[in-house]
Amino acid sequence: MTAPEQNRNSTRPAYVVDTVEHAAASPDVQLPYEALGVKPDEYDRIREILGRRPTSCELAMYSVMWSEHCSYKSSKVHLKQFGEKAPDVDFLLVGPGENAGVVDVGGDLAVTFKIESHNHPSYVEPYQGAATGIGGIVRDILTMGARPIAVMDPLRFGPADAADTHRVLPGVVRGIGGYGNSLGLPNIGGEIVFDPCYAGNPLVNALAVGVMKKSEIKLAQAHGPGNKVILFGARTGGDGIGGASVLASATFDDGRPSKRPSVQVGDPFMEKVLIECCLEIFAEDLVVGIQDLGAAGLSCSTSELAAAALQQTGVGGMDVQLDLVPLRDATLLPEEILMSESQERMMAVVTPADVERFFGICEKWDVTATVVGTVTDTGRLRITWHGETVVDVDPRTVAHQGPVYHRPYHRPAWQDELQAATPDSLSRPKTGEELRETVLRLAGDPNLADKRWVIEQYDHRVRGNTVLAHGEDSGMLRLDDESNLGIALATDGNGRYAKLDPYTGAQLALAEAYRNVAATGARPLAVTDCLNFGSPEDPEVMWQFAEATRGLADACQVLGTPVTGGNVSFYNQTNEQAIHPTPVVGVLGVIDDVSRRTRSAFEHEGDVLLLLGETHDELGGSEWAHVVHGHLGGLPPRVDLERERLLAEVLIAGSRDGMLSAAHDLSDGGLIQAVVESALRGGHGARIVLPDTVLDQVGGDPFVALFSESAGRAVVAVPRNEELRFTEVCRSRGLPVARIGVVEGEAVEVRSQFSIPLEELRRAHTGTFPALFG
Amino acid sequence: MSARVGVVTFPGSQDDQDALRAVELVGAEPIALWHRERDLRQVDAVVLPGGFSYGDYLRAGAIARFSPVMETIVAGAREGLPVLGICNGFQVLCESHLLPGALIRNGGMLFINRDQRLRVDSVSTAWTADYTAGQQILIPIKNGEGRYTADEHTLDELEAEGRVVVRYLDNPNGSARDIAGIANAAGNVVGLMPHPEHAVEELTGPYPGPATDGLPFFTSILKRLVAA
Repeated sequence: MTAPEQNRNSTRPAYVVDTVEHAAASPDVQLPYEALGVKPDEYDRIREILGRRPTSCELAMYSVMWSEHCSYKSSKVHLKQFGEKAPDVDFLLVGPGENAGVVDVGGDLAVTFKIESHNHPSYVEPYQGAATGIGGIVRDILTMGARPIAVMDPLRFGPADAADTHRVLPGVVRGIGGYGNSLGLPNIGGEIVFDPCYAGNPLVNALAVGVMKKSEIKLAQAHGPGNKVILFGARTGGDGIGGASVLASATFDDGRPSKRPSVQVGDPFMEKVLIECCLEIFAEDLVVGIQDLGAAGLSCSTSELAAAALQQTGVGGMDVQLDLVPLRDATLLPEEILMSESQERMMAVVTPADVERFFGICEKWDVTATVVGTVTDTGRLRITWHGETVVDVDPRTVAHQGPVYHRPYHRPAWQDELQAATPDSLSRPKTGEELRETVLRLAGDPNLADKRWVIEQYDHRVRGNTVLAHGEDSGMLRLDDESNLGIALATDGNGRYAKLDPYTGAQLALAEAYRNVAATGARPLAVTDCLNFGSPEDPEVMWQFAEATRGLADACQVLGTPVTGGNVSFYNQTNEQAIHPTPVVGVLGVIDDVSRRTRSAFEHEGDVLLLLGETHDELGGSEWAHVVHGHLGGLPPRVDLERERLLAEVLIAGSRDGMLSAAHDLSDGGLIQAVVESALRGGHGARIVLPDTVLDQVGGDPFVALFSESAGRAVVAVPRNEELRFTEVCRSRGLPVARIGVVEGEAVEVRSQFSIPLEELRRAHTGTFPALFG
Repeated sequence: MSARVGVVTFPGSQDDQDALRAVELVGAEPIALWHRERDLRQVDAVVLPGGFSYGDYLRAGAIARFSPVMETIVAGAREGLPVLGICNGFQVLCESHLLPGALIRNGGMLFINRDQRLRVDSVSTAWTADYTAGQQILIPIKNGEGRYTADEHTLDELEAEGRVVVRYLDNPNGSARDIAGIANAAGNVVGLMPHPEHAVEELTGPYPGPATDGLPFFTSILKRLVAA
C-alpha cells in the first residue's frame, strides 16, 4: 500500500484535456454522443442540465449512467409497481434501490440477496462473462455489509445439440466454477434450460446471498464533508471500457495497447481477499458508506455515493482526483478511467480519524488502497485529472435523474393465434407402451435430465453450512450452529409459459419458486427477480415486459412476498428475433430448524405417496409438447395463488411436525417426472395406482394425469403411521389430497400401464449430459 | 496435555472455517494461524486446509510453500509435529517436500466435486489410527488438480513402506495407483485430496451417507494428543 502522493501516476499521457473551462468556451465542438448510445434528445438534456456542452469525461459518465443497464429508463415506470403493490410486511429492512434488499430472518440476523444477469458478456466470452457475473453480484451483497455465503446460477442456452451451445455452456460452467469455487462460496442451486430461442442469446443469471447482523447494514452514501473517499482492491485497467474509447480515439497518441477486451477479466483471488478485508473493516465499523465498482465503474460509484447523501440530507458533494487512481495501464485517459469496468474494486467513505486503521487492515490483506477524494458540501461532483477539472456536475443528474421512457407497447397480433394453437390436437400416447417410452424420453431430455456433469464442477460444500443443494427443491443453508436457524432459496422461470401469457408466466415462475422453498420446509419470505427480455424498443416485447411485471407484482402482493431487488436485462435478441420473455424469480425462505428440512428423495420402502393439489388437462407450454412435438401454443397452466399459499402451509407444517419423508414439487414434466426424480435420488422405486379422484379431474386419461403441468401441486412420501394425521391436515385445510401409491421395489410402475426398472430410468436420466458434453 | 490444533489461513484458503469446525466438533481446541506469522501459538498439531492459496495461479501450493508460517511448520514436521494437509494443503506439503510426488490436472481436465468412496490402507499414522485397516469410507473430493503422480521408484517405496494412507475405490482422476493420500516415513505428516472436514456432521456430510466418515481423522489426532 502506498501513500496517496507516491501513488500519483506521474507520467501523464500526452493528451489535450477537454476541461470544463474548455467545454464552456467551445460550445460548437461536436462530441460523438451517438456512438456512446446517447440519443440526440438525451444529449440536449445534458446540455440543458449543465448550461453548456458536456466535457468528454462528463459525456462518458452520463452515457454510461443513463444507459438502459444502469438507469432502467425503459423499465422504471413498470418496476415501480413492486413498490406500489408491495405487501405490508414487517421483515423488510432494505427495499429496492440499494445494492441489494435486506430482510430480517429472526434473532439478530439479516439476510441480503439479489439476482443479476450477465447475459451478453457470457455470450461473447463465456468463461469470463460468467465468472465476472458471479464477482459482480457477490460484491453487491458484500456492499450491504454482509458476508456472502452462497451463489446460484439459473442458466439458459440454445439447443443442447447446437454447435454454439457447445462453445457457450462448457465455458460458462467452468467460469462459474472457476470463480465461485475460488471465492469459497458454495453453489447451492440454479437451473439449466435449453430452448432454441436462447441460441445467440444465452441467459446467464447469477444470484448471491449474504448474512449479517441487523445492526451492521451498510449503505452507499457519502456523508460528512471532510470524510475521505478511498478506492481499494484491484488496480484500474483497460478492460470493459466499451464505448469510451470512441472519445479518446481522436486524440490519443501512439504507443497505447490497441486491443482491449470489451468483456472484463475476473480475478477471484483478489475478490476473496477483498471480501475478507471488507468484513474486517466492517467489523471495526470503519466506513461511513461503501459502494462496489461494477457496471460504469468510477462513474457509478462516485456519482451514486455523492447523490445518495444529497438526496438524504441535502448536504453532500465530492472532489475526486482521477490521477490518483492506481492503474494497471499508465496510458489510460480520464474518460477511460471513469468508465473502466475492471473488477474487484470497492469505494469507501471513511472519516479522517479512521483512515489509518482502514489502511492497516488493507495492508494485512495486501489490498491496495488509495485516498482518491474528499466528501464536500458543494453539492457538486468535481473530478480533476492532473490539476485540470474534467467533470463538474450535480451528481443527482448523473445517478438519479436519467431519462424515463414510457415506451409504447401493444399486445402482439400473433398472441391470439398462438393461444388458439392449443396442444389438444397433438397426438398423445395411448397405450402403456407409448406412455413408457414417453416417460423415458422426458427423463433423458436435456431440460429434465440429471445435471451432475455440470454441478460436479461447482463446490457446494465450502463453509460447511450447506444443508440442501442441487437436486433438491431448494438450496438450504444453516445460518446459526446453535439454533439451527436457516434459509432456503430457489429460482425458477419458464419462458414458454411467459411467451404464451406473460402475466401468468411471471406468476407461474414465482409460484414454482415459492412452492420449491416450501417443499423443503422453509417459509417463503421475499423475492428477487431477473427480468430477461428482448428489445424494449419493440412494442410487442414491451407489452410482454409490462404484462410480466404486472403479473409478478400482483402475485407478490397476494403471497405476501415483497420484491426486494433485482435486475432487468433487455436487448436479448438477434435481429428481429427476441428470446421468450423470461422472468426468472428467486424466492428466499426461512426455516427455524434446518434439521427439520424435507428432502425430495424416496428413502423408505413402504412410505405412502400422496398427490397434493388438483390436476387438470394443462399441457400448453409443457415439456411434453416441447420435447415430443416441438410445439408451443395454447395457454399455460392456470395460477391459483391462494391454493399455492395453502399448499405451502401444509408442506411447511408437515416438515415442522415430522410427518413427511419426502416432498417434491410438480412442474416441468408433471407428476411422473417428479416421481422418477425422487425414486432415482432415493434409490427406491414407486408403485403408482392412479385413483379415480385424480382420473376424474382429467377426463380419465392417465397420460394427462402423469404429464400435465398443473400448478399448485406436490408429491409427498409419508410414513404409513403418519398417513392419517397428514391427510387430515390436508382435508381440514381444504387442500385436495389423493393417495397415489407407495414407495416400493426397484422400478417405477404405473399399474396396468407400464413398469420401468430404476436402472433403465437411471441410464436415460444420467446419460444425456455426459453424452452431450463429456 | 492440551490438544490445540492449528488451522492455517493463507490468502485464498477456503476450507479453513470447515477445518476449524471439525477440530472443535471432536473436542479439540481450534487455533487459527495466519500465513504471515512464524509463531505457531503452541499448537500440538496443524491442519493445512483446502482452497486456492495465493490464487494458485502459478502451481497449486507453490507460493504458499514460501510463506513465513510454513518455515516453522516444515521445521516442526521434521521434529514430529503432526500435520494434515487437505487438498490444497496436500499440494502445499508436496511443494514443501514434506511429502513426495505432485498433484497435477485431473485426467478429465475438469473440476470434480463428488462424494468419493475410499479405502483406508494405513492406520498407523497420526491422523488415521481411529480407522480400521481396509475400512471403506465415503468422503467428498473437490478439486481440479488432484491427480497424484510420482516416479515409479517413489511409488514402489510408498507401497513398500505402507505409506499409502487412502486409496480411491473408483479412481476419479487418473491418480497413480489410485492414491488419494500418503504419509511421510514417520507417519506424522499426512496429505490427502479428499476433504474429511466436509464429512463430520449428519446435516452437511455426504448424501446419501454415511455422512460422518471424516470424523476419525480428527478423533485420531485428538486421542493421540491427549494420550501423549
